[in-house]
Amino acid sequence: MSASETPAGPATFEFTADNLALAQRIIAKYPEGRQASAVMPLLDLAQRQHDNWLPRAAMDYVAGMLGMAPIRVYEVASFYTMYNLKPVGKHFVQVCTTTPCWLRGSDEVLAACKRKLGIGPGETTADGQFTVVEVECAGACVNAPVISLNDVYYEDLDGPSTEALLDTLIRGETPKPGPQNGRINSAPIGGPTTLTEMAQRNGVKPASQE
Amino acid sequence: MLRDEDRIYTNLYGYEDFRLEAARKRGDWDGTKDILARGRDTIIEQVKESGMRGRGGAGFSTGLKWSFMPKKVDGPVYLVINADEGEPGTCKDREILRHDPHKLIEGCLIAGFAIGATACYIYIRGEFYNEASNVQVAIDEAYAAGLIGKNACGSGYDYDIYLHKGAGAYICGEETALIESIEGKKGQPRNKPPFPANAGLYSRPTTVNNVESIAGVPTILRRGPAWFAGIGRPKNVGTKLFCISGHVNKPCNVEEEMGIPLKELIERHAGGVRGGWDNLLAIIPGGSSVPVMPKSICDTVLMDFDSLREVGSGLGTAAVIVMDKSTDIVRAIARLSKFYMHESCGQCTPCREGTGWLARVMDRMVRGQARLEEIDMLQDVTKQIEGRTICALGDAAAWPVQGLIRHFRPEMERRIADYRQSIAAE
Repeated sequence: MSASETPAGPATFEFTADNLALAQRIIAKYPEGRQASAVMPLLDLAQRQHDNWLPRAAMDYVAGMLGMAPIRVYEVASFYTMYNLKPVGKHFVQVCTTTPCWLRGSDEVLAACKRKLGIGPGETTADGQFTVVEVECAGACVNAPVISLNDVYYEDLDGPSTEALLDTLIRGETPKPGPQNGRINSAPIGGPTTLTEMAQRNGVKPASQE
Repeated sequence: MLRDEDRIYTNLYGYEDFRLEAARKRGDWDGTKDILARGRDTIIEQVKESGMRGRGGAGFSTGLKWSFMPKKVDGPVYLVINADEGEPGTCKDREILRHDPHKLIEGCLIAGFAIGATACYIYIRGEFYNEASNVQVAIDEAYAAGLIGKNACGSGYDYDIYLHKGAGAYICGEETALIESIEGKKGQPRNKPPFPANAGLYSRPTTVNNVESIAGVPTILRRGPAWFAGIGRPKNVGTKLFCISGHVNKPCNVEEEMGIPLKELIERHAGGVRGGWDNLLAIIPGGSSVPVMPKSICDTVLMDFDSLREVGSGLGTAAVIVMDKSTDIVRAIARLSKFYMHESCGQCTPCREGTGWLARVMDRMVRGQARLEEIDMLQDVTKQIEGRTICALGDAAAWPVQGLIRHFRPEMERRIADYRQSIAAE
């Protein structure tokens, strides 16, 4: 979507006092005269302040703060996929469907979203609670299939666990992040084949050796 | 099999805390000052001797890359860490970022010192929000403990490390696109030369290294280059993080020795192929950008740079994507074509137009809705993209399709014939 398609949104935008202070700290990470480098983190900050989407007023505000031509900011905002240029649901369900997730059943994850929420990729529920989108490789392929929900990864999903995840959100609760099938991070399910001493020291049983 | 005492990433699975205290107990930041005291030239020489080849995919000697940096410069010099992990199949750097960030920070200090850097930017993909949070905690801890910043580790060397987050663009894994992105622009790769070593970030001398290349350096320098060089096969040495995904019983990440047979890697650590080894159809051994290999090659191939190149594929990021016989191989590759279409930055015509063309034709090939001669045309178009673009994304888009045609042409032809028949029957 191009910046010109951005819905009108509010006429003005400015950072809260806290975010303004944070923005100054971010700008200070970059050398003198290179403050344009802060455009991505500041757009991210603005988006977080504004219900997870970037209205035109926020882009203009960031442009003004960094002394950039607004078009340069629109270019950045429309180039990178994580900037939402239109409103999204409170729960932003990003389903990875690239080949490693697809091989492990991302079709079922999408189907579960459709069953539970009645929406497909790119759509938002009427109550504004959920938006489902398809994303490209989330970079958690050994825990496929994966949903990135706002900032948090939910891994090793299938149809039923996806529905359970969405149910938890619908109840207003926070689901437990990470693998949904009981494994620990990216170790093989059933216990690691390596680092066995380290595992035992931390109360994890290694894989049984046949 | 690699012995546990030879593993670098002892907290790979996050069984322990990632913070400084626990990291020190695992051996991080041990004698860092003494390592720095060896001096720039010695450190670069030792990293060269260790045989470390870049873990981001290209496999170029890390020490040699460092040696390209100008020796005497006034003004800023940068180390940039590429943590924009997004090559489909790859999820190794994520584990370092979230579970072992101090290995990376210590590596950033040593590498920065070796190349004469004044500061370091770690570019982490925006989706890795929690991973980036852990890295920021580690950076803050390292500053507070005097390990980085002014007079880092009491060495007299001043060095800052900053985190910079991406926002969803695979292309920023290309080093010059990444540099553009840090400068606040669209992530569109630059023409080379000039190479980053001469004019990189803010047009200053810059080295861009992958997370795994840098995070391994402190351990290599503590244990000595001979230790690392003694693991694996000549020119393909050391330990390597492998990501085993797809149709295996137990997908996982694991650190193993370079050159481990692919079959052993999968059977020992990933619980074998679903339905047994004979149920294997094909494997993409190094992330989506390298060509797919049929089972006949997988039976015997070794997992290292040179062995995989010899069979027409590549080690890439060592992301092993396993596909069993239930896989619609044409659709699996077509999905990758869609990925590259989505991720093309749009700068070079052959890639911008070509990736879309490949994706659309591959979509028809999934259904067999094509003419037989279009397979050759598809091959021809990949050749019109390959090598004709500023960066390697064009090649990366071309190779999966070429691999498919090379090894699975009969399957593509069968689909076309079936589709013809179904039309004729109607």
